[in-house]
Amino acid sequence: MENSLNEETSNFCSIIKNIIGKDVVDSKIDFEQFQVMVPAKRIYDVLTILHSNSSFCFDQLMDITAIDYPDLSPRFEIVYLLLSTSTNKRLIVKIKVDEGELVRSCENIYKSANWSEREIWDMFGIFFSGHPDLRRLLTDYGFEGHPLRKDFPLTGRVQVKYDVDQNRVVYEPVKLIQEYRDFDFLSPWETSFSENENNKDSESDQN
Amino acid sequence: MSETEIKPITMNFGPQHPAAHGVLRLVFEMDGEVIKRADPHIGLLHRGTEKLIESKTYLQALPYFDRLDYVSPMNQEHAWALSVERLLNVQVPRRGQYIRVLFCELGRILNHILNLTAFAIDVGAMTPLLWGFEEREILLSFYERASGARFHAAYFRPGGVHQDIPEELLEDILKWLKEFPSFINDLETLLTANRIFKQRTVDIGVVSKEDALNLGFSGPPLRASGHIWDLRKEQPYDVYSEMNFDIPVGKTGDCYARYLVRVEEMRQSCRIIEQCIKEMPKGKVISNDAKMVPPSRKDMKGSMEALIHHFKLYTEGVRVPDAETYTAVEAPKGEFGVFLVSDGSNKPYRAKLRAPGFQFLAATEHMCKGHMLADSVAVIGSMDLVFGEIDR
Repeated sequence: MENSLNEETSNFCSIIKNIIGKDVVDSKIDFEQFQVMVPAKRIYDVLTILHSNSSFCFDQLMDITAIDYPDLSPRFEIVYLLLSTSTNKRLIVKIKVDEGELVRSCENIYKSANWSEREIWDMFGIFFSGHPDLRRLLTDYGFEGHPLRKDFPLTGRVQVKYDVDQNRVVYEPVKLIQEYRDFDFLSPWETSFSENENNKDSESDQN
Repeated sequence: MSETEIKPITMNFGPQHPAAHGVLRLVFEMDGEVIKRADPHIGLLHRGTEKLIESKTYLQALPYFDRLDYVSPMNQEHAWALSVERLLNVQVPRRGQYIRVLFCELGRILNHILNLTAFAIDVGAMTPLLWGFEEREILLSFYERASGARFHAAYFRPGGVHQDIPEELLEDILKWLKEFPSFINDLETLLTANRIFKQRTVDIGVVSKEDALNLGFSGPPLRASGHIWDLRKEQPYDVYSEMNFDIPVGKTGDCYARYLVRVEEMRQSCRIIEQCIKEMPKGKVISNDAKMVPPSRKDMKGSMEALIHHFKLYTEGVRVPDAETYTAVEAPKGEFGVFLVSDGSNKPYRAKLRAPGFQFLAATEHMCKGHMLADSVAVIGSMDLVFGEIDR
């Protein structure tokens, strides 16, 4: 069973590499899910090819998301989660972009990208060029900052309240009665999975 | 007389409007009674769930999932449990899988009852809501007997479910299951052939199959547009692969088709529940991997190791191997997915939650354009929006 699945996955990988091979910078298979990394400048063309390819028509873009790695350069990874309902395959396409870099919007290939890209702009501050309506989506009107960046504090920066004297809602810097407590419970010792993996051989011997 | 340009009127709908199903602000541009542009403003219920999850351990993150789509809480938990299990490579015992599927299907019925009856009240039918809430009450009592909570259950855990269900519960669910189809029939006599209901829903908010795919639709709205796609069949998880059920598919892709698909899905859920109860094996409900599943109370009283494990699991949590995965489940509203990035520590590095309602709402303009103002209410009702999951 497992072998056949792996064979299917590897077949799928080689087909994908045939289709967009020259753009693939890096690829890996995590939990039977195929991931490809492509250059940020090529993302629009890659998605166009994947959307219109006859053998693997990725007809749905389930979601776009970003990951922030503040210590790396380029800082952000953008993740495109594709699904082909005709062949029942998922594909993860990734690009790396730096702060301030423009990414070409894929809104006219997949309409579902419209709000996903707005959300990424809102949450990470990555700008999409060619997007018809790139406004903030989830945060408040007039919000400053990009909340899902790792350097944005969990408690936020402003709080709102209704001010009786001024007869309106006012914004003010966050005041916490008690400092936010973030305990570092992470044990410095090697634990759990690293141990488990080392013990795997000995366990199977016992069985 | 020369022609004069009439400036479109901008109109606000919400954020506090009974037909908005929560805190939705819709800005319409109206040409008389006809909608020219619809611009949903969301985020009024944004609580920063994804940011909060980054600062919690994998187990502490779980209860946030009840608070996303609070109409069918356990289906969301399922996605989280599955994705953590996948990263940790943990097997769930058979009984645990059956209980999870059973409660997911109860959640689906719970969700569809609320959606269908609230949809009916939006377009003018009062009675279904009153009847529906009676059934929901019974279902919530099943939730309560299994998990101790009516809504925010935190019942599914990575590795299985928190505790076994009481013995009589399965019999009571089976008893309820005998009576429930008559409720669905009653609901249908009120709505399916109802002239007013059909006038309000047929040919309203039509989405073609191609558009539905392109707009990122999933779940009942995608199936109502005629696309056969259900993750429970196509990419089965837990014991769904052994269940016998059909996927209802609509033809027209309008609000009425979305209603019909959901009604039939409730019947199919009943079939799955019945199979679950009849085939449910005995045994453990949660994996016995001591490195990720807390020990039983009894063990803790007598064993030092169990006590240490318990303490470590509830302070440090579980360390999850450095990897990424996208795991999706067929939640009642559509595909609910978790894109989970782990950096090898005890907290997720990034968790992106893919809510089905998010893409439905993004398509509001596509569905409302050219319709009358009153039809927007029917469109919103048929999309099954819950702002807990859309705003996150």
